[in-house]
Amino acid sequence: MDLKTTYLGLELAHPFMPGASIMSEELDTVRALEDAGASAIVLHSLFEEQIRAEQGAALDAVEGAEYRSAEAISFFPGGLDMFRLGPNEYLEHIAKVKAAVGIPVIASLNGATKGGWLHYAELMEQAGADALELNVYYLATDLDKTGLSIRTETMEMVTSVKSAVKIPVALKLSPFYTSMANTAKELDGVNVDGLILFNRFYQPDIDVEELEVVRSLHLSDSSELLLRLRWLAILSGRVQASLAVSGGVHTVLDAVKSVMCGAHAVQMVSALLKNGPSYLRSIIDGVSAWLEDHEYDSLEQMQGSMSLLKAPDPDAYERANYASVLRSWRR
Amino acid sequence: MGEFSDEWSARGQTNLWGVVPDVVEMQSEGGAAGAVHGALQAGALTCTFTASQGLLLMIPNMYKIAGELNAFVMHVTARSLATHALSIFGDHSDVMACRQTGFAMLCSNSVQEAHDLALIAHMATLESRIPFLHFFDGFRTSHEVQKIEKLVDDDLRALINEQSIMDFRARALTPDAPMLRGSAQNPDVFFQARESCNPFYNNCAQAVRDAMAKFAAQVGREYHLVDYVGAEDAERVIIMMGSGAEAAHETVEHLVGQGEKVGLLKIRLYRPFPVEDLLAALPSTATSIAVLDRTKEPGGREPLYLDVVQALAEAVGTGAREALPKIIGGRYGLSSKEFTPAMVKAVFDELSKPDAKREFTVGIIDDVTHLSLSWDPAFDLEPADVNRSVFIGLGADGTVGANKNSIKIIGEDTPNWAQGYFVYDSKKSGAMTISHLRFGPRPIRSTYLIKEAQFVACHQPVFMMRNDVLMYAAPGGTFLLNSQYGPDEVFDSLPLEAQEAIIEKKLKFYVIDAYKVAGETGMGGRINTIMQTCFFAISGVLPRDEAIEQIKVSIKKTYGRKGDEIVQANWAAVDQTLANLYEVTVPAAPTTSRRRVPVVAGEAPEEVRYLTGMMMEGKGDLLPVSAFRPDGSFPTATTQYEKRTIAQSVPMWDPKVCIQCNKCTIVCPHAAIRCKVVEPEQLEGKPETFETVTFRGRDLGGLEYRIQVAPEDCTGCTLCVAICPAKDKANPRHKAINMTPLVDVLDQEREHYSYFLDLPDIDRTLVPKQDVKFSQFYRPLFEYSGACTGCGETPYIKLMTQLFGDRVVIGNATGCTSIYGGNLPTTPYATDHNGRGPAWSNSLFEDNAEFGFGLRLGVDSNQSLAEHLLKRLASQVGEGLVDEILSADQYGEANVAAQRERVAALKAKLAGIDNVEAKRLAQLADYLVRKSVWIIGGDGWAYDIGYGGLDHVLAQGGRDVNILVLDTEVYSNTGGQASKSTPIGASAKFASSGKESGKKDLGLMAMSYRHAYVASVALGARDTQTVQAFVEAESYPGPSIIIAYSHCIAHGYDLAYGLDQQKLAVQSGIWPLYRYDPRRIEENLPPLQLDSGEPRASVQDYMRNETRFRVVEKIDPKRFAELAVAAADFSAQRVALYQQMANIIVPFSAEDAQRNGDDQS
Repeated sequence: MDLKTTYLGLELAHPFMPGASIMSEELDTVRALEDAGASAIVLHSLFEEQIRAEQGAALDAVEGAEYRSAEAISFFPGGLDMFRLGPNEYLEHIAKVKAAVGIPVIASLNGATKGGWLHYAELMEQAGADALELNVYYLATDLDKTGLSIRTETMEMVTSVKSAVKIPVALKLSPFYTSMANTAKELDGVNVDGLILFNRFYQPDIDVEELEVVRSLHLSDSSELLLRLRWLAILSGRVQASLAVSGGVHTVLDAVKSVMCGAHAVQMVSALLKNGPSYLRSIIDGVSAWLEDHEYDSLEQMQGSMSLLKAPDPDAYERANYASVLRSWRR
Repeated sequence: MGEFSDEWSARGQTNLWGVVPDVVEMQSEGGAAGAVHGALQAGALTCTFTASQGLLLMIPNMYKIAGELNAFVMHVTARSLATHALSIFGDHSDVMACRQTGFAMLCSNSVQEAHDLALIAHMATLESRIPFLHFFDGFRTSHEVQKIEKLVDDDLRALINEQSIMDFRARALTPDAPMLRGSAQNPDVFFQARESCNPFYNNCAQAVRDAMAKFAAQVGREYHLVDYVGAEDAERVIIMMGSGAEAAHETVEHLVGQGEKVGLLKIRLYRPFPVEDLLAALPSTATSIAVLDRTKEPGGREPLYLDVVQALAEAVGTGAREALPKIIGGRYGLSSKEFTPAMVKAVFDELSKPDAKREFTVGIIDDVTHLSLSWDPAFDLEPADVNRSVFIGLGADGTVGANKNSIKIIGEDTPNWAQGYFVYDSKKSGAMTISHLRFGPRPIRSTYLIKEAQFVACHQPVFMMRNDVLMYAAPGGTFLLNSQYGPDEVFDSLPLEAQEAIIEKKLKFYVIDAYKVAGETGMGGRINTIMQTCFFAISGVLPRDEAIEQIKVSIKKTYGRKGDEIVQANWAAVDQTLANLYEVTVPAAPTTSRRRVPVVAGEAPEEVRYLTGMMMEGKGDLLPVSAFRPDGSFPTATTQYEKRTIAQSVPMWDPKVCIQCNKCTIVCPHAAIRCKVVEPEQLEGKPETFETVTFRGRDLGGLEYRIQVAPEDCTGCTLCVAICPAKDKANPRHKAINMTPLVDVLDQEREHYSYFLDLPDIDRTLVPKQDVKFSQFYRPLFEYSGACTGCGETPYIKLMTQLFGDRVVIGNATGCTSIYGGNLPTTPYATDHNGRGPAWSNSLFEDNAEFGFGLRLGVDSNQSLAEHLLKRLASQVGEGLVDEILSADQYGEANVAAQRERVAALKAKLAGIDNVEAKRLAQLADYLVRKSVWIIGGDGWAYDIGYGGLDHVLAQGGRDVNILVLDTEVYSNTGGQASKSTPIGASAKFASSGKESGKKDLGLMAMSYRHAYVASVALGARDTQTVQAFVEAESYPGPSIIIAYSHCIAHGYDLAYGLDQQKLAVQSGIWPLYRYDPRRIEENLPPLQLDSGEPRASVQDYMRNETRFRVVEKIDPKRFAELAVAAADFSAQRVALYQQMANIIVPFSAEDAQRNGDDQS
């Protein structure tokens, strides 16, 4: 079965790849993912904020402990010279992954400052990344910040990165933008190469005994896919940018639905963390078998078939939930 | 020096022959000397570095190394030896204790000389086969930053004789050409064999002369065995060695310029003593000579003096010299005491006197034996073209680092010469650092502190209220202050004394809010770059724009590899500094009547007011000899008079939320948050705002309860808030303890704390149990120490003093515990309302277990004697009382109190008996109350240097000693060297790429004796178990050891998270909690109880939180991953072993016990 797809201008054997996660931190796992058939590798994100925090902490720990008493003028061998505090580790990792696998390597970046987005994007390109995923992992908690200003900032950031690097640039969005469709259109307007729907935020839990907020990472399940399917379907065919799904793809059918709604790339994390890298192979094979069973010629044939533009009942995507319920009640 | 060598080795830096030398850390300097001896014998070029007590430990091997004519150099920073007190500072006490070992001794007087003579020593030892001790003054030279001309490898290549190295190797012990050394010799041959080395000593001086000549030819700098400076026809000459000779050199040049016939003879080769060279260099016109020794030899005269007298006397005897000049000898500069041109002049003046003191001291005021010379403090040689700057900063604020950087900029990038010297106070938190910087057109020989500086900067406004910062300012100079007040308000914020000084000295006054600039430019709390920029902007040492450019270049050099973000933040800070630096318009008259806060707080005893007060004020140099008790003893409980007020915010108590668990007080490192319960009527007349609540619980119910902060003693570490489990249900962010800005509460809480302290302490017999909550009602007898903010060690010591402090004697190993425990001016061990409290002493680093054991022997001896006398006097004091005293159970507070009452009754009776034995018993009667001996130290002592002694003391089953090991897993006091306690994966000095071998299991080793009580505790992880362990250890009648996890700044993280890390250490299995109690053997129970459960947290997560582990990951992620796995395996294996041991019941024969008991009785 022909599963070929084009994502961010990259000709891929199929749309199925691991999403950004800790899986890419170990070279052995990266190789295992390639062996399981991954069409590309998305690296874990470089968090600018974390780099800055670590630089600050390391400086405080080392410099703060220097020259405190006559007998102890430092506490760490070689002082600061021993540390490599910038993004070098990540950049070297890009190169190592590039050397280890034959498939495209997509680096992922979460910036915190204007300069940071730009600077790190350039460095990632120089380090050999085939494409960039800009991970706009941002929770708008500021009561005074308008949706427009957030969007403007995002737009400016994408524009500057796009003008600075030659490799394709995708944007990983959260589902919380005001007028998502228009946001996508605007991004399309500044020639972003791809949109990834959606980021999953860490969802803090609450410990009611200790009265503490507990940081937790819950793996996704298929129920989370529905939100993504809707927005894939809404955007499919209406923007130039390639579309990728991320979050909630666990089964062959999830994968099939994603492609039908318009995904050019299908990123999986939770399912692979749960079942191991080799699970990717079963998804690829499963989709292939499903297409054969259902007598498709190629994967491309079903790409976007269930989008807003092509689906038999586009209203279903557009109406809010209660309307459907009311209508069914009226019947 | 050793640490640099280790760093170079770790980085793979090669030596002249293209190989990377091995750098090995041993358990002690004694061990190092043995390893050196072995390496030399096996034919390896070997070197070592040491000082002070460490050098003493090397002496036995020095005899061997010299006796076997090994070519070898040790480089020594000459430092004081511990006598009446420890001092880490510089003098020649240590090296002078080695002059008889057979080592040649070569002395450097300056940083440049230390660099040059190091090479000359290596050249000469290879040629002469005499081992060399190359020394220079600790701190004054070893820690001075100077611009020097560096030797390059080509110099070394040209000067080291390859053949001499071949010869050295040819003497190696090897089975390929076997021979024997270290034989045992009999009276028939030992003597003459010992004399066989004489020719080598006879030739040694020539070898050094040759080396110096070759060096001069190669490098251009000329040295001689003895160098003379001064008038050719000098009449008065000083002979000395060490850094003081630099100050003397300067002074002689000045005096000769004034037409005085004076001179200075610098001895460079001290052993073999260069008599001929000395005689040749000394002008024949010299009629009076002063020999200055930087050491003291009580009961005799000092060594250099004796050597000079002998040389001149022999010269007169042989006719080489006509007459013996007047020779006087003096001591100076002990423990880095200042030695200034004024003092040098005082010595020359003394030489002019017909009745000159034959033995004198200079630099102190001796009003007891009147040996001291007086000097003219106004005599000053500082030239006008030398820029002098003094910077007052906080230990951790980067002031010293920034100044070193400024020296680098000026020294490297301009033709100017530069010198920096840094003075630290002895506190580990809130410590003041004073940087003395000189920049000038000539090499700077001023080996003394700056008295008057053209530029003075105070980097922390708090010092303005406490210290006379402006005493350093020269009239017409510039003063820079970091303050949150702007140019219009800052003058008003200063105390009267400072305002007057600014006006009277006509200072140019500048202000910057450095913390604001730091915050706005992403520098966090780091103000070093900002203050450095200010210095360059207004001091005029360099053209302003050029200086700013240089700072930026330097920032790029320093931080470039660390990431562009840091460079950018620093650059932004530089730019913003200039925009925020203001000159202050100084009014014509002061605008305040507010004075600096008094140095000694509260109603202090006279001795404290005078002696301690002077030291606290930074005027200890002015104290005369008579101020001191001659045996080194001091009153305890003096930190209470030093109110440092260093916290930005302090914990405030909300009684409505509090659950009265007292966890906040148990974790406080500085005893700065306390709890009390009192009878309601005792609160009559309390301040209106002094809230209390009724204590909940069956025991002590009905009493009024309060938690109180000591606002001026709190360091703001936040550990109390971190541990507080009580949260407001409606607003869980609000706890029962909440950090509050100090300025908002200082006045009120000062009054509250004073009232709180005046409330009576609890009657110890009323405390129902010794657990976490109730133990905290005992008054801490260890308070307000100078330990680091958030220290992980001090809570354990404080707990110990709460539980047993009124009957404790402490032997303390040298280290952090002895510095915050006993470093002047003020000390934290305190007394209760009866005047009882811990008696404390520090002997040495290596002998603490033995020292503490000796304390036990002494206490036991006095107790035995008291019991003996009690029996003999039974008929006179009453058989019943005697029986009661001798058979009393003294475990538990009620029983101790009862015994104290009996002893009081005994003393009353003894007062009425008029015989010698009664008087003797009256003196010893208090020993009938059980004393608790504690042996305290860190892991460097317990695991490494003192382990042999500790092991031996543990082996003595019958003696009741309690050993407390405060385990930071690294040598904390000396700056983070690896110990055998350092865990796998941690980076430390001498293990910079991460330690590979596992932490020594000291507890398991102690358990192997079976009769020792052993506990492993972590207060932050399980406080209940910690208190239990302390109570059990103390009550165990044999040796006990508690190994206490102590978080430390050497671990490299914000210690506010110290308790969390302790929890993680226990949960991950890295630090298992256990108690091994031999008493359980008799109860047919497993003696070992494992108090921590199955590991359930990740070892890696624990490691990733601390810089000591993280740095390994940052350098080599693969290695980190491997070490993390190894660390996890190691801890899992350890836990598995303990789990099995905790199930083992040890066979025990009750009959044997009975029989043994009978035998003992």
